[in-house]
Amino acid sequence: MSFRVERFSEPFVIEKIIFGLLSPQEIRKMAKVTVLRSDIYEADGSPVVGGLRDPHFGAIEPGERCPICGNTREECPGHYGKIELARPVLLPHLGDTIYSLLQATCRRCGKLLLSSERIDYLLRIYRRLKEKWPRLAEVMVNNIVKEASDNKECPHCREKQFDIRYIRPIIFYERKPEGEVRLTPIDIRDRLEKIPDDHVLLLGINPKRARPEWMVLTVLPVPPLAVRPSITLETGLRAEDDLTHALAEIIRQNEKLKSFLTTNAPEGMIEDAWLTLQHVIAAYIDNELPNIYQLTHRRRRPLKTLAQRLKGKEGRLRGNLSGKRVNFSARTVISPDPYISINEVGVPVEIAKILTVQVTVTPHNIEEIKKYILNGPHKWPGATFVYKIRQDRKIDLRYQKNYRQLAEELEPGDIVERHLINGDIVLFNRQPTLHRMSIMGHIVRVMPGKTFRINLLVCPPYNADFDGDEMNLHVLRLEEAQSEARELLLVEKHILTPRYGGPIIGGRQDYISGAYLLTMKTEFYNLDEVSKLVSRSEKPVHLPEPAILKPKPLWTGKQIASLFLPEDLNFIGKSKVNSGLLKCDNEDCLNDSYIVVRSGKLLMGVLDKNAIGAEQPNNLLHIIALEYGESKARELLDSLFRVFIRTLEVKGLTIALNDIEVPVDAMREIEELIAEAKREIEELIRRYNEGSLEPIPGRTLEESLELMIIERLQKLRSNAGEVAIKYLNPFNDIFIMSKTGARGSDVNITQMASMLGQQTIRGKRITRGFRTRTLPHFREGDLSPEARGFIKGNFRNGLRPTELFFHAVAGREGLVDTAVKTSQSGYMQRRLINALQDLVVSYDGTVRDSWNNIVQFKYGEDGVDPSRTYHGKPVDINRVIDIIRARSSEGES
Amino acid sequence: MRRSLKSILKSAKEILPENLYEELVKKLEEAKDLTSKDKYEVVEEVIRRYIVSMVEPGEPVGTVAAQSIGEPGTQMTLRTFHYAGLMEFDVTLGLPRLIEVVDAKREPSTPIMEIYLDEDHRYSEEKAREVARKIEYTTLEKVMYSLEYTLGDRRVLIKLDPEMLEDKGVTSNMILTVLNNTNIGEAILSPEDPYAIILDVSEKVIPDEKLFDYKTYKELEFKLRKLYIKGIKGINRTSIKVIDEKIIEGKVVREYAIITEGSNLAEVLKVEGVDYTRTKTNNIFEIAEVLGIEAARNAIIEEIMKVLEDSGLDVDIRHVILVADVMTWSGAVRQIGRLGVAGEKPSALARAAFEVTVKQLYDAAVAGEEESLRGVTESIIVGLPPRVGTGLVIMSIGIQPTNQIRER
Repeated sequence: MSFRVERFSEPFVIEKIIFGLLSPQEIRKMAKVTVLRSDIYEADGSPVVGGLRDPHFGAIEPGERCPICGNTREECPGHYGKIELARPVLLPHLGDTIYSLLQATCRRCGKLLLSSERIDYLLRIYRRLKEKWPRLAEVMVNNIVKEASDNKECPHCREKQFDIRYIRPIIFYERKPEGEVRLTPIDIRDRLEKIPDDHVLLLGINPKRARPEWMVLTVLPVPPLAVRPSITLETGLRAEDDLTHALAEIIRQNEKLKSFLTTNAPEGMIEDAWLTLQHVIAAYIDNELPNIYQLTHRRRRPLKTLAQRLKGKEGRLRGNLSGKRVNFSARTVISPDPYISINEVGVPVEIAKILTVQVTVTPHNIEEIKKYILNGPHKWPGATFVYKIRQDRKIDLRYQKNYRQLAEELEPGDIVERHLINGDIVLFNRQPTLHRMSIMGHIVRVMPGKTFRINLLVCPPYNADFDGDEMNLHVLRLEEAQSEARELLLVEKHILTPRYGGPIIGGRQDYISGAYLLTMKTEFYNLDEVSKLVSRSEKPVHLPEPAILKPKPLWTGKQIASLFLPEDLNFIGKSKVNSGLLKCDNEDCLNDSYIVVRSGKLLMGVLDKNAIGAEQPNNLLHIIALEYGESKARELLDSLFRVFIRTLEVKGLTIALNDIEVPVDAMREIEELIAEAKREIEELIRRYNEGSLEPIPGRTLEESLELMIIERLQKLRSNAGEVAIKYLNPFNDIFIMSKTGARGSDVNITQMASMLGQQTIRGKRITRGFRTRTLPHFREGDLSPEARGFIKGNFRNGLRPTELFFHAVAGREGLVDTAVKTSQSGYMQRRLINALQDLVVSYDGTVRDSWNNIVQFKYGEDGVDPSRTYHGKPVDINRVIDIIRARSSEGES
Repeated sequence: MRRSLKSILKSAKEILPENLYEELVKKLEEAKDLTSKDKYEVVEEVIRRYIVSMVEPGEPVGTVAAQSIGEPGTQMTLRTFHYAGLMEFDVTLGLPRLIEVVDAKREPSTPIMEIYLDEDHRYSEEKAREVARKIEYTTLEKVMYSLEYTLGDRRVLIKLDPEMLEDKGVTSNMILTVLNNTNIGEAILSPEDPYAIILDVSEKVIPDEKLFDYKTYKELEFKLRKLYIKGIKGINRTSIKVIDEKIIEGKVVREYAIITEGSNLAEVLKVEGVDYTRTKTNNIFEIAEVLGIEAARNAIIEEIMKVLEDSGLDVDIRHVILVADVMTWSGAVRQIGRLGVAGEKPSALARAAFEVTVKQLYDAAVAGEEESLRGVTESIIVGLPPRVGTGLVIMSIGIQPTNQIRER
């Protein structure tokens, strides 16, 4: 929705932009000054009349009045000047266009080298094509150019045509039978002038907006001073803009050429000066052209000329137009606060006093706003500005003493700039902004301290952690923007991600271990404990009948969790711990890893990653968000999840060295496994050396050996891991974390307790380093596992020096990989966004781009929004059947 | 009065997507304990939920798709992997392959074909190998043991490798025929050795004055080594793979397919024994040329999904479909980027804001383009709300001072 509330003045709206070349007449008409002198200031410091700082370029100094329009620098738009070139000069970027124009037209009469009938026919088609299929018209132009260029005799005047040779960016030759002749810009301009408008059109050029002869400059426009402002250094010296320097160089060359011409200098000198002028003008337009002398500062730094201003990431288009800098934003370090809502952000008072919101005073809020004014700009919650609309006056509270009087004078209709207060909505962002969940709307909660505070559960969408991450905050200042943010951008609206149907916000790490510890079936809680846990949720609940009545009332963790679930929720699923010893396939299983929720009561199964984790489609959290609404899911995240954290605080979860200590027996067993693998590998190497190793088809002998060794060593590591895990206490905290999916995997445990295994680079064993060996600790050509990056040590017992080296080598590869990957995938994403950003679902359900081209008749072939799906499926029919079944059996009983 | 189950099923068929409808019918049949009233309610609820799950007009599905594919890109691997289960071939996966697909590169860096076989050939390894031999591009070099010649003598002795001959299904006589069909010279089988060929090079190939010219001989050797014997150009290596194993009437029946390094769809489909309905290649341009743009679209979807799944990334297929549609809706496979979709936009500002800014602006000037400011980038540049999402709706309301409202 886009409606505009008139506030001060209706802004001008750009309707369309027309691109074209400036004609010499136009340049002369708009020029208010002819620049003739390359010096900028007179000896007394005043600008040279007819120089590059002539006052006729427009007012730029404070208090200055423009001699042209009479405005001060605020209103004066700036005025162009001109340099009359002594000889014409080509526009460097149009060389290719000029080249094809010269090739396709007659050197004498200027007509297209095709018969008149053919031209008429082509014109008819071209006009129609241009209307409907502009892309095809472009292809047609290419073909016309090719067809005409191939004609070696003019069908109109029978003039013989010669080949043209073009050396980028500005030099043209004509291959006459008597030899190559250079085409000067004068020759070229003469030829271009002769081309009739209709023929120009067939060459893909709009003659109304870009006559071919305009591609050869005879007069150069000089931009106003506002485009090339000079800056005053601390020393009082003036430093001119790069463009001014480039223009000064152009004037110098132009004047030189002019004087050569008037004094009848030798032809060679004139030619040289003319060519230099062309180079300088080319560099003024684009200082990075190939085969052009770069214009430089004294220190050999190339000047930033016109093209450099536009180009690239920091250029005008990408840096200032597609992306703009903003006011009313803040940035600081983030830190966690599990006791604010996921919808909130903690904002430091200091920041809240600087960021402001405009509010219009109405009879409803006048009393509240008066309080802000009384507080002034330095006390939160206060105000910084008052706009008295009736008096058209702006009052800065920083320079006001009598707040009381201001407050009393306040009347409806005034606009007050007030501090950010609790309940305001702001946008919160963490870079890299890879998806829409990287910018979400948060409700402000002003707090002491100097960091932004966020709930831990919103870390996954931002991909944030608290090791020094900083985030940006943007204040929304219009009611329209604020209400849009509340409806669409609020964190709770983004619990479900459109990337795959599933929740992106949810438990991670401690939330998961906490949920597991709370809901384990061995755990019971007395009234005191239950109260302390539940109170953390800040939600009033009614405790159910305790599960155990005697000798004292005890509640289960599942009862506590059930307090927060929707009353009619039914859910069946498997826990993450559901594997190995704790495997459960149905409701009759006693291992407590099969989650059953009936009528909002968690009857069976522990809650872990598969129930409350982030990025786990079809888990408990997902079903609640999908079927009970996102605000219900948010309530759960803001209440139950605090209980999980509290549980962990009470019970504690910690790891110690002895958690990964394996008994001597196990170590011996692992040693045996290693010895066995080494024997087998030695055998492989022996067979390889004697040439009896059977290679894998399509692979060389060396590759085959490597593949076999790697495979064997991978097997060894997993076997060694199994042994270690077998001997470790499966209920120690490390295992709780890895089994529940909170943190760590079996591989991590193996690496801590048993062995690190083979280190690889690009999937191969480590082979580089010295000429025929990895390290001087080994014999040359040693192919044994330990000489090629196999680590039998583990993190608990430590690594040997060579092992540590190999580990660092593989670790470095990971770092390099990520560095390379981020740039590559970033560029890919930029291209994807650019190609797809215009696609929108329209009201008829089709997907169209901005020019109404239909790309899909039905979005995704079924018209379904992925964020509202069960992992891609729009409806879970089994769940529907279960719900209806439950409903009808309820009706019977 | 409620409608009957039958009639609501009929409207369900119209409303629901095909696969969902079929699943619904199947599940209803399985649920024997439900009364027809329950079933009616199930259908009703399914339809309701389906409609609720539909996208809203204005949803910026393009941006969402681009983000959904781009965002997990950082989590992807950069390496090549072995082709599923086969150690013979490396195949590009992960980020490089994804970039290759959206770049619409003419040739994949690791072209691979999966050639399925027809009824007659798919159940026996021997028959599969037979087909594979017909397909694999075989040159003299591959079946030869050595090639000997002396400067000044026009005779070349080619010794063949019996093992390789057997493996590639080539006989000495076949090579003789091939050699004699060229105009290099006359070839005969060596009388002493059935696996040796004596080639008498003609004077045209080695004229008298070049008789001692080393370069001429080297060129001849190169030509002979690369001499085409049989097979399909582009298919450098083949391998037989078991793709399916089932037990029918107590016997193990295995289905074989051919995996190749290199790709040439047009030619492979012509080979007898190839099941042209299932045979695949990872070269999208070949598919577009041979099977048409719709097939190419499906291939793009399949390739991107495969890469994402192999990297363990979860991305909804709808996003991938949209990317494939954007690449193909014009009727030709277009690259995502400057040389394709992004470079063909009608707006000069949008093109200039993407890449090669200066050239785009000059081209627009020469063509006298008009910028109508319809797209997202253009709108942002001039400070208009882009016509996406809430910007799609233009609504104006008359604002009245509060006291006037109160008077009413």
